[in-house]
Amino acid sequence: MRHKIVEFRHVSFRYGEEHPWVLKNCSFAIYENEAIAIIGHNGSGKSTIAKLMNGLLFPQEGEIVINGRSVTQDSIWDIRKDVGMVFQNPDNQFVGTTVQDDVAFGMENRGIERDEMVRRIDNTLSAVGMQEYRLTEPHKLSGGQKQRVAVASVLAIFPQILILDEATAMLDPRGRTDIMKTVTRVQDQRHLSLITITHDLQEVVQAERVIVMNEGAIWDEAAPRDIFAKKAELRRIGLDIPFVAALSEELRKAGIPINREALNHEELLEELWTSHSIM
Amino acid sequence: MDITFNNVSYIYQKNTPFAHKAIANLSFYIPSGTFTAVIGHTGSGKSTLIQHLNGLVRPSEGEVMIGNYRLTRDEKPDNMRMLRNRVGVVFQYPEHQLFEETVKKDIAFGPKNFNVSQDDIENRVREITSQVGLPEELLGRSPFDLSGGQMRRVAIAGVLAAKPDVLVLDEPTAGLDPRGQHEMMDMFTDMHKQQGLTTILVTHSMEDAVKYADHVIILNEGAKYMEGRPEEVLTQREALHHVQLDVPEMVQFINAFSEKFGQKIPYHRQSEAELASEIRQVLKGAGKDE
Amino acid sequence: MNNALIIGQYVPGESLVHRLDPRTKITVIFFFVFIVFLANSVISYSVLIAFALTSMFTTRIPIRYILKGLMPVWFLIIFTFILHLIVTNKGTVLIDILGFSIYSGGVIQGFAISIRFFLLILITSLLTLTTTPIEITDAIEDMLDPLKKIRFPVHELALMMSISLRFIPTLMQETDKISKAQASRGVDFRTGPLKERVKAVVPLLVPLFVSAFKRAEELAMAMEARGYQGGEGRTKLRELKLGKRDLIVFILFMIITAALFLTRNY
Repeated sequence: MRHKIVEFRHVSFRYGEEHPWVLKNCSFAIYENEAIAIIGHNGSGKSTIAKLMNGLLFPQEGEIVINGRSVTQDSIWDIRKDVGMVFQNPDNQFVGTTVQDDVAFGMENRGIERDEMVRRIDNTLSAVGMQEYRLTEPHKLSGGQKQRVAVASVLAIFPQILILDEATAMLDPRGRTDIMKTVTRVQDQRHLSLITITHDLQEVVQAERVIVMNEGAIWDEAAPRDIFAKKAELRRIGLDIPFVAALSEELRKAGIPINREALNHEELLEELWTSHSIM
Repeated sequence: MDITFNNVSYIYQKNTPFAHKAIANLSFYIPSGTFTAVIGHTGSGKSTLIQHLNGLVRPSEGEVMIGNYRLTRDEKPDNMRMLRNRVGVVFQYPEHQLFEETVKKDIAFGPKNFNVSQDDIENRVREITSQVGLPEELLGRSPFDLSGGQMRRVAIAGVLAAKPDVLVLDEPTAGLDPRGQHEMMDMFTDMHKQQGLTTILVTHSMEDAVKYADHVIILNEGAKYMEGRPEEVLTQREALHHVQLDVPEMVQFINAFSEKFGQKIPYHRQSEAELASEIRQVLKGAGKDE
Repeated sequence: MNNALIIGQYVPGESLVHRLDPRTKITVIFFFVFIVFLANSVISYSVLIAFALTSMFTTRIPIRYILKGLMPVWFLIIFTFILHLIVTNKGTVLIDILGFSIYSGGVIQGFAISIRFFLLILITSLLTLTTTPIEITDAIEDMLDPLKKIRFPVHELALMMSISLRFIPTLMQETDKISKAQASRGVDFRTGPLKERVKAVVPLLVPLFVSAFKRAEELAMAMEARGYQGGEGRTKLRELKLGKRDLIVFILFMIITAALFLTRNY
């Protein structure tokens, strides 16, 4: 059994007494090195989950355990070392006046020696393919480049969990693929748990497991293949299904047997090849 | 209104060390009543192009014609306000332009500037509110108390309330969830058809371009890279890859299918259901041959 | 964006002046302000002018660009000149028109003051042209360091300055975007009676404030998530180092000061 790195135990959250519950009695676990996607319509509570994980918000009910430590006022500074976050708006998380200053910011906060900082800046910027931009100012970068810098800043602290809170939502397609490639690569190299909060179906398909949120509650929790098998239900709660899944559905309606739910073009073509030889 | 660009170039911060050309020698023609998608990466000149459409900027070289309004370096229409009334622009994240105390006032702001009579404004606000799918009881609320999706609708209503002939949409669905995106694009298509608008959609999404547009212009580094019908332009994989764009996912699939099964299925912007039945034809046909 | 915004804007470069420690540059400028007033003879003025022009050429920034940046102050310089011409009544009368006499003293005085004024502005603009605002911030933080003893929030002040610098371009872009969005809704920022134009600013300012607050909120959250807990126990990536070239510049500057003392009239 893999080691549990994040655990939500009956967590409920709301912004105030007179506000509605944003999360209602949510329990789930995320394991070491796991790639998780959290999806759900806007307002389903998915971003709140991210903010609860590193003590930017605290639940009214229930408990959150990160790497064996309960998230409390006293533990947040330690927990924030383990949990790195990239937010949605590339501009509103870029603190430094240049790329290297921004990567340094988190390290400066933790009192890391200058020589070590310089080393880590080099390392992490090459990991995200931004080493040529070390001295560039943020307004000269594209959104995607800024987000890569944000990933580098997080990596420089050696976190165990990397949360992308709709980090690709404001990017163009090229920026999106760049970020996802970068993140997948570093997840491999650095043994991180990756939590991607997203609407982007491509990102969902890449995950090992998907948590689907609906109106503040966990609606389902399964592998992407099993999630996308529930097409009608997904549509009902306002979510999209990928092209491959939609086409599979139509093919079945047209009388072509698709046995195994396909996740990508190759798999679907394989399925078609099989049914073609039967026909 | 017809839109014509004749050899338009635009240079930012001319005569300084920071000068750069955002648009280079761009020419195209958009007939009235069409739905055009403009595609290109960040920095390809899309936003500069948009700003020419209602005279926010004027070309450094060349000429822009919007209906009878002519824009050149030295010449601007006498009645710029009228041009802006007739060309409505929904900028990216339009909810950032909200400022009035109530939703109603914010929607009425544009028409008021364009000297629409008070009675007419009242009618328009009510009409537009239902068109964009906002409940009427929100009219008295502050726009800042609404959800993100509702704010977006208010902002869009504010543009539509001026009753433009040309509607320019700069990534109008960015940041919305899938349902919100579909609803919004469907709303624009309905309006485009019902009101005979000339619609220009700036987008990154090849899927949206093939689904909604009947004409596409692809920009690269400020110049026109390709232009034509979506099914012609957006199927050219090599050419699109060259400017780091991808063909729509369905085209990718059809290509892969043709390769694997040695039988071509033409792409004609079919729905998934249509494609499924075409695939069925191919599979059956192939089965008979054996 | 209009040209006025780029006046004094940093122009990247690798020149000697660019590479000087910002503290050196600030110190030299500080003292330059004083020694400018030592000059009172043709030779001493020549020394000052030579220093300023050499500094200017050393930056390797196109001269035309620097001078164009000084445009708005030309008016002030000329105004100063004329003022002295009219007010001073020393020396011999050169011209006498309609009871207005222009004295030779006025011409000399006017020239002297205008040159001083010009030199001061030229030298200070060289600082901003060759030094990034963040370097200036670092230099100020460092030079104010002794004030920490009296609990003056030097770190917070410097962080505030650097974040403001970081967000100036962002907010300028935002201003540009919102004003274009409102212009598209029929707002006219440029023409019409003053009252109308003042009113036109509201649709610009409200969204700007709303968005600035939202940004501030998100930025604060991001900073917290990245472990920011105030200045205590922080290390710094950017450090200032005085080099040989700074020493050379200091020595040169002292020689020039000495030269001024020697060449001025007593």
